[in-house]
Amino acid sequence: MRLDKHARTLLVIIAESTLEKRLVQDVQRLGAQGYTVTDVRGGGHSGVREGAWEADRTIRMEVVCDEKVADEIGEYVLNQYAKHFGVTIFFTPVQVLRPNKF
Amino acid sequence: MVDVVIFFFLLGLFARLVGSDLRLPEALYETLSIYLLLAIGIKGGIELSQQPLLALVPEVAGVVVLSFLIPIILYPILRLMRFDWADSASIGAHFGSVSVVTFAVVTAALIRADISYEQHAPLWVAVMEAPGLIAGVMLARLGGRDSREGSGVEAVSTGAGGNTWGSLLHDVVFGKSVLLLLGGLVIGAVAGVDGTAPIKAVFIDPFKGVLALFLLELGLVAGARLAEVKRFGWQVVVIGVAVPLALSLLGTLLGLMLDLSVGGVAIMATLAASASYIAAPTAMRIAVPEANAGLSITISLGIVFPFNVVLGIPIYIWLAQRLAG
Repeated sequence: MRLDKHARTLLVIIAESTLEKRLVQDVQRLGAQGYTVTDVRGGGHSGVREGAWEADRTIRMEVVCDEKVADEIGEYVLNQYAKHFGVTIFFTPVQVLRPNKF
Repeated sequence: MVDVVIFFFLLGLFARLVGSDLRLPEALYETLSIYLLLAIGIKGGIELSQQPLLALVPEVAGVVVLSFLIPIILYPILRLMRFDWADSASIGAHFGSVSVVTFAVVTAALIRADISYEQHAPLWVAVMEAPGLIAGVMLARLGGRDSREGSGVEAVSTGAGGNTWGSLLHDVVFGKSVLLLLGGLVIGAVAGVDGTAPIKAVFIDPFKGVLALFLLELGLVAGARLAEVKRFGWQVVVIGVAVPLALSLLGTLLGLMLDLSVGGVAIMATLAASASYIAAPTAMRIAVPEANAGLSITISLGIVFPFNVVLGIPIYIWLAQRLAG
């Protein structure tokens, strides 16, 4: 039996954890039906973030949604936060089983 | 003789500087900080239960004014040192707010030296978290407006929106530092000596051991910031040493004006000299995103904190003994 799969976009936002509350509000307002947040650590243009204490924490937020919604969120986050905050955004095509959930 | 908890801090610092793989789990850091905040609050609260609260009004008013004034005093000095408006406001806010662990270290030092102090002092700590941050954000607003008018650039949205004040106050007052300190104070005050007796074995007796473990972790974190000092140059070292010394004099003065005990004056000096590295970075990041977060944190955690716990506190106690004794 073949599973019935539907194309969606996985949007990943890696950002300073101080932004978490606002990102959650933003993605929901812009049409995401759900999100997943994990604590991560790493380094890049904004230096090394080890997540050892409050101001050094980083989150990875994943949102599976329509390509249009993903684009809107990506554009908004880029304009709103990327100037002053460490933010990484990328998109991947994914397949889901229950399209109404995303 | 150096207090034993300082050795743990130095061990953490050393481990970091030599590139050890020592790393405390983040969950432990979180647990220890929650424990310390609650324990400090409860201990102060037990004492509050035996005092007329109205008598504390002058002290509370004094510390609010002091921590509100600190960023305002520092702002023009930092501007003269060529820091931009956002960084000047942010560094000022870090100094205006307080470091709870520095407070724990000064009280540990006072107990060891057998110098008495006002046991309700945690109340000052809780009250001093917010005013400096509010002053810092106000300065950033004014400075940002002036610089935009001066350069003819359109007002840039910081992404903070119009409800910044509301959310800033919410984040500070209901943030874990103030919430747990005040929560502990209320629990201690309501339950009193008898009520807190059953939890004494957890919240009072092992305090210093937990503080030692937390300082080991802070040594690791401060060591990481210390490595950043090179990036920002000599000015951050000057600020990190000279500003605490100068502010400790203001704190000493306030302590003398309030007619505090020798230990109380030393605590007031230490609180004035200490810089926040938990509440302030988080609040400033959201309220003044233009500021370089690494700069303020390197000063407060990389220089001010080690300076205060190792050298500053003995100086502040010595000064209090000379002036208030």
